[in-house]
Amino acid sequence: MSSFLTYLISGLSLGSIYAIIALGYTMVYGIAKMLNFAHGDFIMVGCYIIFSVSGALSGNSFIGIIAAIILCTLLGITTEFVAYRPLRGAASPLAVLITAIGVSYFLENVALLIFGADIKSFSSVVKWEGLSFADGQLRIQGVTIVTIAISLIVLVGLQLFIKKTKQGQAMLAVAEDKGAAALMGINVNRTIMITFAIGSALAAIAGALLCSAYPSLSPYTGAMPGIKAFVAAVLGGIGSIPGAMIGGLVLGIVEILSKTYISSQLSDAIVFGILVIVLLVRPTGILGKVIQEKV
Amino acid sequence: MALLEVNNLCISFGGLRAVDDFNLRIEKGELYGLIGPNGAGKTTVFNLLTGVYKPNEGIIRLDGEDITRKSTTEINHEGIARTFQNIRLFKNMSVLDNVKVGLTERFKYSTIEGIFHLGKYKKVEKEMDEEALRLLSVFGLEEEKDTLASNLPYGKQRKLEIARAMATSPKLLLLDEPAAGMNPNETQELMETIALVRKKFNMTILLIEHDMKLVSGICEKLTVLNFGRVLCQGETREVLTHPDVVKAYLGE
Amino acid sequence: MNLTKKSKDNLITYGIVVAAYVIFQILSVTGNLSSHMKGLLVPMTYYAVIAVALNLCVGILGELSIGHCGFMCIGAFTSAFFSKVTENTLPSALRFVLAFVIGIAISALFGFLIGIPVLRLKGDYLAIVTLAFGEIIKNVINAFYIGIDGKGVHFSLKNSMELGLEPDGQLIVNGAMGITGTPHNSSFTVGIIVLLLSLFVVLNLVNSRDGRAIMAVRDNYIAAEATGINVTRYKMMAFIISAAIAGAAGVLFSHNITTLTASSQYFGYNASIMILVYVVLGGIGNIRGSVIAACILYLLPELLRGFSTYRMLIYSIVLIVMMIVNWSPKVIEFRKRTFGKFSLKRQ
Repeated sequence: MSSFLTYLISGLSLGSIYAIIALGYTMVYGIAKMLNFAHGDFIMVGCYIIFSVSGALSGNSFIGIIAAIILCTLLGITTEFVAYRPLRGAASPLAVLITAIGVSYFLENVALLIFGADIKSFSSVVKWEGLSFADGQLRIQGVTIVTIAISLIVLVGLQLFIKKTKQGQAMLAVAEDKGAAALMGINVNRTIMITFAIGSALAAIAGALLCSAYPSLSPYTGAMPGIKAFVAAVLGGIGSIPGAMIGGLVLGIVEILSKTYISSQLSDAIVFGILVIVLLVRPTGILGKVIQEKV
Repeated sequence: MALLEVNNLCISFGGLRAVDDFNLRIEKGELYGLIGPNGAGKTTVFNLLTGVYKPNEGIIRLDGEDITRKSTTEINHEGIARTFQNIRLFKNMSVLDNVKVGLTERFKYSTIEGIFHLGKYKKVEKEMDEEALRLLSVFGLEEEKDTLASNLPYGKQRKLEIARAMATSPKLLLLDEPAAGMNPNETQELMETIALVRKKFNMTILLIEHDMKLVSGICEKLTVLNFGRVLCQGETREVLTHPDVVKAYLGE
Repeated sequence: MNLTKKSKDNLITYGIVVAAYVIFQILSVTGNLSSHMKGLLVPMTYYAVIAVALNLCVGILGELSIGHCGFMCIGAFTSAFFSKVTENTLPSALRFVLAFVIGIAISALFGFLIGIPVLRLKGDYLAIVTLAFGEIIKNVINAFYIGIDGKGVHFSLKNSMELGLEPDGQLIVNGAMGITGTPHNSSFTVGIIVLLLSLFVVLNLVNSRDGRAIMAVRDNYIAAEATGINVTRYKMMAFIISAAIAGAAGVLFSHNITTLTASSQYFGYNASIMILVYVVLGGIGNIRGSVIAACILYLLPELLRGFSTYRMLIYSIVLIVMMIVNWSPKVIEFRKRTFGKFSLKRQ
């Protein structure tokens, strides 16, 4: 029983990381209407920044995290400005998708050039040992607790930001209809830029947590979690913030439990299978809005 | 027997009765108008007739056959073709191919024959080309047969949509605001085209229209919808002078 | 004979492929092709074939698939399995033809089975589910252990020991180690023939009533329904044909390498995305463009191996710049203003 609880909690923890990434994904998708395939690579960039900065400051990971958040935010804004903005309004939505893939290749290869292909071992940013229950039979690592806590803080923070602030309302308006939002005096470009900034900052945070829990870092570290988080965002219903959270948690728990109890080889197949089944029942995800085309 | 017989048609969207107790009889060969203020439910009626929406209640019969629960595709095979208020052409296909899509169910060869260009392929394609060109010439579009549909001027796009609908060889043609966005000259030309289609193909037509001039010019019978209900039904002249209709259109 | 513009266009496409074949063959016979370059010829053909398949799905049917390498994977494994099992019983030419039949048929079957759920979805939801299926196929094949002995076929999802093979038994599919020793039947000539056949099928399909119906569904499915087109049927038809052609690419693939594994490098979503890049750069819906883009974009990074560390970086920058130059509304407008009527016309 206690081992099941341990696995469940580690699933929750992984799910929380997916959720933080998925929140960024879902916001960018909801507002800019683009699949940002490079989103996962921002996680990797964040990790390398923490790795380098804390390495240089002999293990001070706090400054590393701050640096990662700031630099990832700047990188997100720059990417949006240089690569994505020129393609807004392009004849095919595939144009910006392919560009995002180009950005993903670019980031991976820059990392490859600077840090090499070998796997770096990342030291956890959470130094706390964690809690122990039932005479040490159930131990919860510090990083697990911190991860779950941060994901909840991010979720609540984002919800408040979108519901209560003017900028958040502007985001909703742009998500609904760019043209109408522009006519209402909303600066669409600025709103999309802020969305990218938030998404990238979240990716940096997720990176810090991901590499603390799974301490191996390579130029491709972000790719698979990025895709999984995207699956989580779709599972929850693209554009829905609570949906991204639910999707992330479901995915993390399913992944860990199926790895443990079914087959570690088939766990990815099971995770993707869940997505297929959910979309069959609800074609726009768990909390997604059904939009019917007007005839 | 009426060609189209609609009894007690109802549909609600989230508590709003968009169409309520709608009845309609169209005889073969009639040109029938469906009019009413914005939001009266005219297009919803079209969407019900063509299976885009399924009614909550009521029955639709075409040529005596119940088509109420059939899919849009099946209803087209049964003999109802339509155009759309916001033009829906196959934009990246040529004018000729737009019409040939309409011929898909009438001129057949197997997929294998199609992929390998064997057997009946050449002969049937030739027949399709001839039939499509014949239809295009009725609408004065034969010169533009190789133009991309999206590159046609607006008025011709409307015509092409009618030509495509006619290609499916319907018993009943539904036109959803065919004159929307047209200038008086284009409207005049369109009226002539509709009259021509009717005469040449002996077609039964139901059209939605805002343009009163067009309606009173060519429709024999009218149904006026208001707030989803039939306000008035009958011969065009009587309907247009009916006090309720005047009130709905002009106010008190 | 009176040729329409379409059939002239098609002949040009076949002509380009044949010309490329002749040129490479001459270079090869005269010894002007390095062995490294020779090794790239067969992959070039199967990437061109799968690009044609994907363009049928993305450009003609209008549904974004980012899992097409999954079908290639199915074609590769089923045909390799067949060839391994019958290696000593069938003459090689017949065996290879049958391998194609099997690889194509089973990929088509999976196209149908996967199409049932996938084609009910729309847009990006559809795309992510194709990605999911691509990953599922890869994952599941990686867990397969299949062996044959005197008693018949043994199957396990755990490991090769579970099979309990007799000493004379042969382990054919060895989990993540895949299939080793598939006969090397693929050649540049076979690859070109398969490419020509794929082109023939797709280009002819586009000019037939089924092809027009498929494109009608792409352009406006609501109007297509109202015009009597059975949307589900034609979506399914295009998807199955596309999967079948991707399967053929898989057969070429598996009969060209010694060890076939369901690795991410060849069959993961990244590989599918790479094919999508070929299709988009070659022109969505432009079949000839896909073939040319696939060949150039496959050869380019391979030929840049000399600059190995920088080549993928250069590739990524070129990709971004090309997309912006070709697709950005502002750049297109600028080009029109500057070059007037000489500018490239895009739909």
